Order: sequence, then structure tokens, then C-alpha cells
Amino acid sequence: MCKHASPGQAEALTLVWGRQLANGMTAETTFNHIFFTELLGMPVYDLKHRRIGRVKDAALVPLIHPSRIDRFLVSAGGSWLSIRYDQIASISLADGIQLSNERLYPYHSDEYMLRMQRDLLDQQIIDVNGRKVVRVNDVTLEVKRDERDSLLIHEIDVGLRSIFRRLVQGVMPALWIRALQEPIQPNSIRWDFCNIVEADPLRRLRLNISHERLELMHPADLADIVEELGPAEREAIIGTLDSEVAAEALSEIDPKMQANILENLEPDVAAGIVEEMSPDQAADALGQMEDETTEDIFDEMESGEDEEVRELLEYDEDTAGGMMNTEAILLSAETTLDEALKCLRDHEDLLESTHVLFLTGPDGKVTGAVPLARLFLAEGSTRLGELATDRLIATKPAEKKNRVAELFDKYNLLALPVLEADGTLAGVITADDIITVLRKK
Amino acid sequence: MPGFFARLKRHFFIFFAVLGPGFITAVVDNDSGGIYTYSQAGARWGYLPLWTLLPITIALIVTQEMCSRMGAVTGKGLSDLIREEFGLRITFGIMLLLILANLTNIAAEFAGVATSLDLFGVSKYISVPLAAILVWFLAVKGNYASVEKIFLFACVIYLTYIIAGFMVKPDWKEAAIYSVSPKLMLDKGYITMLIAMVGTTIAPWMQFYLQSAVVEKGITPKEYRESRIEVIVGCIMTSVIAFFIIVACAGAYRDKPTDIQSASDAALALKPFGEYAFRLFSAGLLNASIFAACILPLSTAYSVCEGLGFESGVNKTWSEAPIFYWLYTLLIVVGAGVVILPRFPLVQMILLSQVLNGMLLPFILIFMILLINKQALMKEWINPRAYNVVAWVTVVVVIGMTLALTGISLRET
Repeated sequence: MCKHASPGQAEALTLVWGRQLANGMTAETTFNHIFFTELLGMPVYDLKHRRIGRVKDAALVPLIHPSRIDRFLVSAGGSWLSIRYDQIASISLADGIQLSNERLYPYHSDEYMLRMQRDLLDQQIIDVNGRKVVRVNDVTLEVKRDERDSLLIHEIDVGLRSIFRRLVQGVMPALWIRALQEPIQPNSIRWDFCNIVEADPLRRLRLNISHERLELMHPADLADIVEELGPAEREAIIGTLDSEVAAEALSEIDPKMQANILENLEPDVAAGIVEEMSPDQAADALGQMEDETTEDIFDEMESGEDEEVRELLEYDEDTAGGMMNTEAILLSAETTLDEALKCLRDHEDLLESTHVLFLTGPDGKVTGAVPLARLFLAEGSTRLGELATDRLIATKPAEKKNRVAELFDKYNLLALPVLEADGTLAGVITADDIITVLRKK
Repeated sequence: MPGFFARLKRHFFIFFAVLGPGFITAVVDNDSGGIYTYSQAGARWGYLPLWTLLPITIALIVTQEMCSRMGAVTGKGLSDLIREEFGLRITFGIMLLLILANLTNIAAEFAGVATSLDLFGVSKYISVPLAAILVWFLAVKGNYASVEKIFLFACVIYLTYIIAGFMVKPDWKEAAIYSVSPKLMLDKGYITMLIAMVGTTIAPWMQFYLQSAVVEKGITPKEYRESRIEVIVGCIMTSVIAFFIIVACAGAYRDKPTDIQSASDAALALKPFGEYAFRLFSAGLLNASIFAACILPLSTAYSVCEGLGFESGVNKTWSEAPIFYWLYTLLIVVGAGVVILPRFPLVQMILLSQVLNGMLLPFILIFMILLINKQALMKEWINPRAYNVVAWVTVVVVIGMTLALTGISLRET
């Protein structure tokens, strides 16, 4: 984990405990980590061992190094100084911070800095591994001992132990706190798994914050996280994710919140996401918005992409028309299995949500349905019409939601075609739409 | 006949469609603490306390409006904001105060259950544990939302106070004069009553609950105008009911001002309803108590866990959110537990909890004012000057009354 310095240096570099022990014990314990709460208020000494001030904050410069504390901000006689990591000789709980270089500059607000106290402590961050939003109580810093002592962010502390530490910080010596907190179970998240949420796009760039790690999460988990954040952070995340991931995550969020998020994004960004959503879900979200905003988004969408969504928007939310999806695979009943399989390969993107193929007669009317599983068992030359289920169960766009759910229950359906009055296909309702309906009751 | 039912159903739905966080908060505001405090005020002091309702209503509207505005603009709960802007130590202190205040409030709600069913001869040793179990399951098993509407609808029982207020044939001229002429007395009982009136109407828990509810409902700054109207209407409604409870009690005890000692004392306000008076009072109090008992522990557990960064939510399992569940359960167990102690002074306890509410209110209010004036947080939605004036005056007056009460109590001993 950390290199050991040569014996001669070790004395100066190790974190030595003892002097602060009230009972006069001279126990020497070497720590290879230090908490940010311990760093706060730590005295800073110059080369002649005169105290020049106390640590007020510490900052990363993520563009230079993702985890090293690059600046120490020190209050000295009313103004703040900025100390770079390479100006420090040693850091010790007992002896504070010893400088190796005295050319110090006044601190001026630097947008490239991620300040621990101001930007991290008490704020919410995303635990990518644990898939939840957590609040930062403290930060565990690893002490790296090379030719100089430097600090690397190791973990973000959440939970009771760090709350206890924060509460008693400054009230009693750090060593007592360390001893007293021992029985409390630690609860920390590795810095690698933390994702900072920054709403301001310019600052996000300067702090080198990306949401790449979020894109690896399951869209449903991502949706839960987004729901827990404030509106500005929500928009920041959805707006910067890859539009396909954003669309998937957004689909899992409550439609009213979806609408709020989309409304506040730039119309072209929103349009990019809406294009990636399935038409029925896009219609649900857009249906919650004001007409003007909806039009702005439609204007930005590629021509053709908006047609289906526009059509779906015409239907009442509480009817089969409002529930259905317009994406479906429709084939002639005369198609052979081989031809059908080729067609499926060409429409790979539809397969994930397809459980049933629909068959049409020469007049465009839907004549039958073939569950996808039946394709596996038949010969290549079989015509799809022969594989169709005995009876076609279908409904009309105006059918009530509850009635549709009943049909699914009664006939054990995976997908239900919605037919226009002339018998042509208007759309398809799938079982996952029904689960959403039932959950909302 | 089917037409009639369809119409009724439609009205029923319209009634609930306009119900948002502001309205629900206002209804829950008249919980057992509210009913007893207003009853006591009227029974002991007659029309005298009526003047407080106007300033209290203004302060109530301002504080509730501030909360819902903060919720709509930031999308964050009050405890979240306090934590992010003032750090962990202050948050911890405020959360301790909130737990303390709310614990006494929860106990007051269970005391309300005990006293209301006591009128029917149901022992508190039976009614309170049953109510506690009911409340615990309603929230944890997630069917609270469906029951909430029943609670809300049952609150129309409050209308009986308005009818009773008219039926006792009060001296309206006198009531009107007292409503606008402030009377200050350095009397211990009087000041205690004033603090309790403020505390029960503008309870600290309401600020946390309302803001979370606004966030939960996803109200945005754009939709906020409608939400504000709802908040204002709710506040006025709360005060109108308070007015009639006081008038009804003042009428019932016109000849011999009394301290309310039991539920039957308070139920006397509804005596124009003759033999139904007790039943009406009991039903109203029971509904209000259980309604508030459902909201209070849950809202407390949410606020505390959010502020201190623990996992929270009834959709999580016990092992995922242990502190949330333990806190929630303990609040109910302790709150109900103290009430079933033998010879526990139920009504006095309810009144005292509201005094504590009043004393703690300024601390919460100060942080609310500081938060809502932060430009970085609220942008163009920071507090208008008039709001700040009302809020600060409320803080100063309540602290002043608390100090006066302390002073009087110290001199007496």
C-alpha cells in the first residue's frame, strides 16, 4: 500500500502518537491513515518551527490527480494561504504539518479545486458499487510516505462512526476519539466507487467529473438514484449520460418526474433521449408536459421519429391506446419460418421487447399471433400461419385500462394486440405495461 | 339512483383532487394537541384568546409558504438543506430537538386516542397498544396512502364545531371585539396558553413534513403558484376551526371558566348536539389522533435519517435501513408507552407538549429564515422583505414569551 521510507527518515515522517496522551503514556502508534476531521484545524509550522496557521480546508485538483490532496488551505492572520502538496515535509497528528518550502501564496478562489470541506463534506454523492445516494460525513485519507508525506483520498465515510467523530471533533484529543470510535462498525465507500454530482456543466468540466461509471449501472438502479437527488442534479445526470442509457433510466422513473427532467433539458438533448425511448413511454412522459415544450422537443427530433409518439399522444392515458406501444413485428401469414428468422435478425433492436409475432392477411388485417418460442420447434419451411395460436385475442384502442389487465389475467397473455376498427394493428400492449398498471393501484 | 352515486363519486374525487401537501398539513394541524389546546383556551379564558388567531394565522401562512417554496425550488427536504448548509453538528442538534418535540407530540396523539375511547369506557391499556400496532403496520406495510383519504374525509367532523359554535348562541359582538383587541397579561397561565396556541398551530414538525411532502409530490417552481393558494386556504381553514372550537368552549363554560381536565370536559363544547356530543367529539378526536400518529413518527424518522445521512424509506427492508426502522419503532413504542403508565396525566401532557412545540419553534424558524434568504440556494425565490419581517417578529415574540414565562416561574419559586 505505501512504501516504507529509509530508517533515517522514518522518525520524521511517521505519524507519531503519544504526546497528546493525557495519562502520560508514551505509546507510539503509527497510523497510515488520517481522517479529514483530524486534518481540519491542524497547525502548520514553517522551517523554523513557528506556527503560521491552521488548516481550514484541503482540495483535490482532479485534472492533475484523481485522489491526491493537492492544496492545503491555511488561515494565517485573517487571510488564507494555499500550500501545495510538494511544499510539505511531514504530516503528523501530534506535530501537525511541517513545511519544507516557505514560498506560500494567498488563496484565491480556484475553480479547478474540489474542496473537501466546502464541496464534499455533508453533500450527497453516489455510491456506484452500492447503488445508492449517500451523504458524506468524513473522508479517510491515506498517508503516503515517500520523500515527503502526502495524502490520498482513500474512502468516504458514512454511517454512525463518522457521525460520532464529527460530533466530538475538537472537543477531545484525536487519539481519544480514535479509541472511543473503535467499537462502532465502520461504514465507508472506496473513493473509486464514488461519483460526485455537480449540476454546473462548466464546473463539471473543470473538476473532471464524468458520469461514465453511472452508465455501467443497471438503468433501474440508476433511476432509483436519480429519483433520490434534487432536480438540478437529476437534470445534470440525465443530460450528460449517453442518450440511450438516459432513455432507459428515464423510462423507469415516474412519468411526472420524467416530464420535469425533460422540460428542463435543452430541447435537442431532450429530443435525443426521447428518440431512444420506446414510443409508448415517450408518449407517457410528453403527455405530462405543456404542449409548447412538447412541440419544441418534436421540432428537434429527426423527421419520422416523432410521428408514432404524436399518434400515441392522441389516446387517453387510461385506455388501451394510451398503454400500447407502436413497435411490433408484423408479418404476412404466408411467410415461411426461414424468412421470418431473417426478418428478425434485421430488426434486432426490437427483439428485446418482442414476445409475440403478429400475422396479417392480404388486406392488412391482423389474423393471428405466433409466440416467439414456437419458432424454435418448427421446420424452416413451415408457414407462420400454421404456427399461430388457435384464437386471436385482441382489443380496441378505447378499451379501459382495468379491462385490459383482466384480459391479460384471463388468457395468460404476454402481449395483446390493439386493433383499429378496420382490423389493422394500432399497437401492442405487453405484460410489463400491465405490471406497471397493477403496481400503481 | 346510479346517477346520484356517480355524481357523489365525482364530487368525492374533485374533493381529493385539490388536496395537496398544504391541505393535508393544515388538516393534521388540528390534531389532539390542537383540539385540547383550543378547547382549554376557550374554556379557561373565554373569548380573550381570540385576538391571537389573526397574528398566528399570518405567521402560519408565512412559515408554511416558506417551507413549500423551499421544497419546490430546491427539491430537497428541510433537514437535507440544514445539513448541506450548516453542517453535521447543527443538524444533529436540531434533530435532537425535533425528536424530543415530536416524541411528546406522538405521546400526545396516543393520549388523544386514550381519552377519546375512554369516553366509551375502553381502557387505555387496550386502546393505546392497539392504536400503536395499527399505526406501525399502516406505514410499514405501505397501505397508509389508501387510508389517508379516509382520515381526511373523516375530518369533516370538525364542521360540528362550527355548528356548535353557532348553536351556543355566542355573543358575536363581544367575540368580534375580542378578535381584534390584543390583551397582554403577565400571568403564568395566560402566557403558557399563548405559547401553546402558537406551538400547536405552527408546530415544528409541520415545517419538515410539509417541505418533504412538496418535494415528494414533485412540485416545481412553475406549478408553485397553485400550491401556494392551497397552502393559504389550508392555513385559513385551520384557524377558522380553531376559532369555532374556542367560541364553542367559551360558550359552554361561559358561567364558570374551567381548566380542561378530561375528554368529557372538552366534549362539553359540543353539548348542543345533546346525546351525540360525546360520540361526535370522541370520533373526531380519535380520527385526528390516529391520523397525526401515522404521520408524525414516519415524518420524524424520515427527517432525521435524511439529515444525518442514514438510509430511509418504507420501501427498504429492515436490514437495509435499520436506523430508520428502529427510530420509527422506538418513537411509537416510547410515545405509546408513556401514555399507558398508570395515572399518567393525559390531558396535562397533551397541553404541555404543545407548549414545548411553541418553545422550540423559534430555533427551527431561525434556520428556515437563514436558508430561504440564501441567494445561491433560492435564486430569484428568496424571501420578500415582508416575509422576513413576519418570520423574525414571530421568532422574537415567541422567544420573548418563553423568557417571560421562565421569569415568572422562577420568581414564583
